[in-house]
Amino acid sequence: MSLPIYLDYGATTPLDPAVAAAMEPWGVTGFGNPHSAHLWGYQAKAAVEVAREQVAALINAPVESIAFTSGATESNNWALKGLLTAPGQTRRRIVTLATEHSSVLETAQYLASIGAQLTIVPVRSHGLVDLGDLERALGEDVAVVSVMAVNNEIGVVQDLAAIAALAHAVGAVFHVDAAQGFGKVPLDVQAMGIDLMSITAHKIYGPKGVGALYRRPFTVIAPLLHGGGQEDGRSGTLPTALIAGLGAAAAIAGQRMAEDHAHAVMLRDRLLAGLTVQSQINGHPDRRWPGNLNLSFPGVAVPLIQHVPGLAISSGSACAAVTGRASHVLTALGLAETQAKASLRLGFGRFTTAAEIDTAATLLNAAVQRKLAEAG
Amino acid sequence: MKSRIYLDHAATTPVGDAARTAVIDALAVIGNPSSVHGGGRAAHALLEGARDAVAGFAGVAAENIVFTSGGTEAIALAAHGARLAGPVRPRLLVGATEHSAVLQARDDGQLLPVDGNGLIDLQALAAALATGPALVAVQAANNETGVIQPLADVAALVRDTGSLLLVDAVQAAGKMVMADADFVALSAHKLGGPPGVGALIVRDPQGLIAVQHGGGQERGHRGGTPNLPGIAGFAAAVAEPRDWRAVAARRDRLEAQLKAGGAIIHGENAPRLPNISSIGLPGVAAATQVMMLDLEGFMVSAGAACSSGKVKTSHVLHAMGLGAAAGEAIRVSLAATTTDDEIAAFAAAWLAMAARLGRKSAG
Repeated sequence: MSLPIYLDYGATTPLDPAVAAAMEPWGVTGFGNPHSAHLWGYQAKAAVEVAREQVAALINAPVESIAFTSGATESNNWALKGLLTAPGQTRRRIVTLATEHSSVLETAQYLASIGAQLTIVPVRSHGLVDLGDLERALGEDVAVVSVMAVNNEIGVVQDLAAIAALAHAVGAVFHVDAAQGFGKVPLDVQAMGIDLMSITAHKIYGPKGVGALYRRPFTVIAPLLHGGGQEDGRSGTLPTALIAGLGAAAAIAGQRMAEDHAHAVMLRDRLLAGLTVQSQINGHPDRRWPGNLNLSFPGVAVPLIQHVPGLAISSGSACAAVTGRASHVLTALGLAETQAKASLRLGFGRFTTAAEIDTAATLLNAAVQRKLAEAG
Repeated sequence: MKSRIYLDHAATTPVGDAARTAVIDALAVIGNPSSVHGGGRAAHALLEGARDAVAGFAGVAAENIVFTSGGTEAIALAAHGARLAGPVRPRLLVGATEHSAVLQARDDGQLLPVDGNGLIDLQALAAALATGPALVAVQAANNETGVIQPLADVAALVRDTGSLLLVDAVQAAGKMVMADADFVALSAHKLGGPPGVGALIVRDPQGLIAVQHGGGQERGHRGGTPNLPGIAGFAAAVAEPRDWRAVAARRDRLEAQLKAGGAIIHGENAPRLPNISSIGLPGVAAATQVMMLDLEGFMVSAGAACSSGKVKTSHVLHAMGLGAAAGEAIRVSLAATTTDDEIAAFAAAWLAMAARLGRKSAG
């Protein structure tokens, strides 16, 4: 039996062999503690600093503004908790969107449970926030506006620069969860006015277990993990190989951004052209990352995912798969629970081939036709 | 080119062959362990197999293991997420020689003194617990001196007062019997696994709330996509035990040689891990010693390896009452594979350094 075709790039991506090669000198896993005051320590430290420059370069940030973490979930936790608990913080309110990742929403809800205020702004049916809606939700009591760059389930790209301007107009800090956007769409923290940004490696062909938080200089946030003081507010021994992998993944993503984008557009258009059954794209038709397609099939009201075993895909986020709940993102777009559960998220990218996409289209056509026939 | 001898295994130690293979194999698994499709299920099976291995190593059930990004996060999870009855986190009592990850985990910890050998003052602990239950953080073995705490006595006091015990076993794991505690923190890269992964062993998962929110992974105890290759490497490392039996004797021979040349061994009279030695050279700053030895090709540290190569006075030795001598000690830490030749070469280099820089002794 052949393996299912992997079309779940939104959950995680295959490791790029070039990234693996960059990790290899560090023993796959790194040797020498980069905080040690001897030669092997200095060598490991140098590798960490090269990676820091690679990450910084991709988002036009000063090198010292990048702190390494265990991934975007930790970065999101740190950004929000660190900001709300920062010394001298007088603002108590968090403003975020209904379609954010659970690591932002649950962290915000936790902070609300200990005294913060939380405003969750809805999105319009295409998944984008209406700037007027957002502006009306803001005020001088807002500490942070947190909006993701690219949605993990529906791929829509928010207008970050415009949102930054609204946040800054009331003196709020602007945090961006760029787990799905970093390395895929141009993100210039200076031009876009981003103050804090969460980054992860494993969505851009890097390893799992490593990420970063960009902090605009003079944006004060409290430490999250205390201990050795390694990353200026984030303690714990730095994993050299993982960080080298993040750096290499960022560098490659920067070099290949146009190429990766064009490849994703080709795959998406090919998949849509190959679908003979009626389908509907959830999320904005144009303002989206092309490597994501979130599809509903009119007339199909059962979870389709169980009926295309040849495809490794998901309905909603990988995290939500654990809980079995309907996607909060799709319900925020106005889909009914059954519609949300019947939707499919397809993610593809650098290593997906046209042949795989053609097979996927064939399998989807067959599954949908079968379900439509069963529904009568 | 001069050969280089690495004697800083308490900072981090090379990844073992089985662990390296496990990491490489797991890097090739395409899939997020939380996804329900085939790739996700393969990743999930790998994750749960690794959980079983670490649980077996720790002598607990799989459901008692929460994987984290390392020892620091495991400690922070317990320090902030541990609950007695009720929603409020318990007060924290913390040994004065704990790793900074424990000391700084919370800003409201109450320090427990240690004696001149670095052992926790049990009377002070009993007195502190007399006012009510608490979360008590005492490490299994110290990262700078190797001193082993009397955990059975600590655990009895903790149990009798309805308190909770958090044991930082980052240095001890694999080298001595696993601590029996409510929470035990582990780090993979100290025992032959890769950096960037660790675990918190949790006796009662109901008594722990998540600190890193989002996603519901690790049975709701730790949000975030698990570092699967790291976890696979961690599991392979614990399944590949190292033989420490000969190491204590090797360390003791080294210490005897250095003492003859003027060295002071800190924590010498307490039970210690076999592989760590805290070696003082009176009158010579630790930073100078580390630099001198690095130039001679020997990699050691002054206290802990944290804080980006900064060398400060050791809070551990300071808590043991050492005064100025707290800034004059280096840590030498051996692997199970460190050879007698390496130790002999180091001893010669240390003695030469002591002869050049050390205080001229009276005799």
